[in-house]
Amino acid sequence: MAETLLRIRGLTKAYPGVVANDDVSFDIREGEIHALLGENGAGKSTLVKMIYGLVAPDRGGMELRGAPFAPGKPSEARRAGVAMVFQHFSLFDALDVAENVALGMENPPKARDLARQIRDVSETYGLPLDPHRIVGTLSAGERQRVEIIRCLLQDPGLLIMDEPTSVLTPQEVDILFETLRKLRSEGTAILYISHKLEEIRSLCDHATILRLGKKVATCTPSETSARELAEMMVGSSFAAPQARAHQAGAVRLELRGLTLPAPGAFGTPLRDVSMQVAGGEVLGIGGVAGNGQDELLAALSGERLAPAGSVWLEGRDVSREGPVARRDAGLLTGPEERLGHAAAPDMSLIENGVLTASRRKRLVRRGFIDWPRAKSFAEDVIERFDVRTPGPHVAARALSGGNLQKFVMGREIVQEPEVLVVNQPTWGVDAAAAAAIRQALLDLAAQGAAVVVISQDLDELMQIADRFAALNEGRLSPARPVAELNIERIGLMMGGAHDLETAHAAK
Amino acid sequence: MIRLEKRPQPSQAWTLATPVLAVGATMIAGGILFAVLGADPLVAIRTIFWDPLFNPQFAGFTRPQLLVKAAPLILIAIGLSIGFRAGVWNIGAEGQYIMGAVCGAAAGLALYPSESVLVFPLMILAGALGGWAWAMIPAVLKVRFGTNEILVSLMLVYVAENVLASVSSGLLRNPEGRGFPGSRNFRNWEAAHNAELIPGTGMHWGVVAAFIAVILAYVLMARHIQGFNIRLTGEAPRAARFAGVSPARIVLVCLGTAGLLAGLAGLFEVTGPAGQISIDFNSGYGFTAIIVAFLGRLHPVGILLAGLLMALTYIGGELAQLMLGLPGASIQLFQGMLLFFLLAMDVFTNYRLRLGRAEVA
Repeated sequence: MAETLLRIRGLTKAYPGVVANDDVSFDIREGEIHALLGENGAGKSTLVKMIYGLVAPDRGGMELRGAPFAPGKPSEARRAGVAMVFQHFSLFDALDVAENVALGMENPPKARDLARQIRDVSETYGLPLDPHRIVGTLSAGERQRVEIIRCLLQDPGLLIMDEPTSVLTPQEVDILFETLRKLRSEGTAILYISHKLEEIRSLCDHATILRLGKKVATCTPSETSARELAEMMVGSSFAAPQARAHQAGAVRLELRGLTLPAPGAFGTPLRDVSMQVAGGEVLGIGGVAGNGQDELLAALSGERLAPAGSVWLEGRDVSREGPVARRDAGLLTGPEERLGHAAAPDMSLIENGVLTASRRKRLVRRGFIDWPRAKSFAEDVIERFDVRTPGPHVAARALSGGNLQKFVMGREIVQEPEVLVVNQPTWGVDAAAAAAIRQALLDLAAQGAAVVVISQDLDELMQIADRFAALNEGRLSPARPVAELNIERIGLMMGGAHDLETAHAAK
Repeated sequence: MIRLEKRPQPSQAWTLATPVLAVGATMIAGGILFAVLGADPLVAIRTIFWDPLFNPQFAGFTRPQLLVKAAPLILIAIGLSIGFRAGVWNIGAEGQYIMGAVCGAAAGLALYPSESVLVFPLMILAGALGGWAWAMIPAVLKVRFGTNEILVSLMLVYVAENVLASVSSGLLRNPEGRGFPGSRNFRNWEAAHNAELIPGTGMHWGVVAAFIAVILAYVLMARHIQGFNIRLTGEAPRAARFAGVSPARIVLVCLGTAGLLAGLAGLFEVTGPAGQISIDFNSGYGFTAIIVAFLGRLHPVGILLAGLLMALTYIGGELAQLMLGLPGASIQLFQGMLLFFLLAMDVFTNYRLRLGRAEVA
């Protein structure tokens, strides 16, 4: 049995309003690939920041090879043999590979020696990279190799990798995995952070699962099914949802095979998304972040036009209509990003009210803005949603995240939409305010509106949704009534089903 | 250590104070510059800022010049400011100004020697259209192909300058001018002359147009939904798209308006103070208007005041060259300082200065 390399004992870190890590303990052995698994916001990042010396724990401690280990800054962690490859690279586009590597080292060797070392390492570990290439010309996968090589040159005992495959192509993922296996065979321990279950099952020796800042379990992923992993990730505190009495009316919003290419290099394409939402019901859409949530919202709000015949509102094809026409027709939306997307940071709350309510609330007459009316609309939202602000003239960016969220959610709900689609409606909002927003969404549905809530908070979805569907790589699963759901089914819908599908294909 | 800390929201007081502080700082730095050049700094500053308005010897001549110089600056700057608010960077107003003058003059000269009252309105229309069309080139290229409007509009200034040189010695040359380059003089043609409306004040149709533009721009930006959309696009492009604003439309509207107003300024200049199309007709109003727009905080009333101030430094600068023998370049340097200090002071609107060591977070 291999020796323990890093022993983590009771690490706790609290931020105002949230405990990011609560008494987390586990061991990483020499020469193993150890997965750190959890949903967004489970506390993975905070934990590795503590190991890498970026954040100091409130309580608890670590031992490295039996000696106390409490790095005050990353350079101390590096000296002790801990290296980290971040999800977002810190490289200079205008410099070449060798120069970038040198910038990240404590005592860089001479340029010619360094170039030779880079070649050696890149050959040894199967990471093809020319030290004289300019970084600006490299692909995301090649940039990651620069970061990895920078770490390997310091001969680390523990290599931390934060969601390394999120920016890679499948071929690049294969190359990376070969490298990681080779490192393991040479005795380097790797802490591998991810929420992709199949990757972890094929690569990792052990997995520690975090949920809401607490360690749920440590298991051997190759002996655990993807479904079981998903269940542990989502949590056993899952309360069986109750069927809520509601009377579904006629279908108000319908998607028919909506397919849209990815908006940018790191966007997610929407693949054949179909759904129906009736008046009076709440459809909850779950899924891990980055599986098409933003893209789905943009296609519904009208920011991105969809192919004709794919978006139907009250039986009318609105695919080719922009946000203004869709609002007129009763379809309102609330994007996830508050500052800069749902609201203009430097504009007042009054002006931010005009942003989406100008026509439905008749704040504009013959092209001229009725400022007194706009002010009373903003005041109405502030009062009904208990937005804490000195007044409606305050700039949006001066509000706390939770208060601004209440304002932008309230702005749409006060307009009494026929169909409302919101993404992460209670993200960063305190518990009382989150409950108020959820209640407002339920009230809206009770009045006959069709409500779609996209969220990564499963508890929230179970609490308010009548039916549940999950987004996975831009595909939307068929919606099921929440009363029929159990944790196993949800795990399947959120990723398990897709994993099984590929497993079948492999056979 | 000095640290800048972002304010929760832009400071109202600093927004108003920065132009005043910038003018003050320019006077101090400019005074040092003039002293180094061997002039008495106090006399130089007085010659630039005071004498053009109140010196009994020159004021009679220089005071009307204030409106004559300020009008094109204000007219162009108003147009530019609308685009700058939306993040549309039209740097080519000088070219739009030239093309407005050329097109307006050409439309008039085609009718020479008609004495119809319709000649001047027709010229105004042609001038506005000329400037608009010239601005549509970068606008359409940006919308269709995503080109950079800064580069395209700036390049088109040099094209316009060559068009100007060509027509003043070719197409629009005065047939009775004994072969000298330059068009007929509009001052000698009643129907096309943009004359002083009230003698001795410098008030001409261009000044009237500038005042109307200030009022309309104020109403547009403060009250109208289009003005709101323009500001929204500049402040938060994603939020603007979410609100349903078409970015392409904003580009077309902003560049079009700026071109239209610059073209008008060119037309009023060529038919009035300049009098004719000539190779050296343009005098940099289109570029100075950029400074005026920023000096006026992109606000219509601010631009009105900034235009008058800038006109004053022009007239006073000429006076200083004449009276004190200061080189022309030093006057341009002085005007450049004004923009430099304004932009530097601008930081304080959004940031607070903190002295002392940064706390470890």
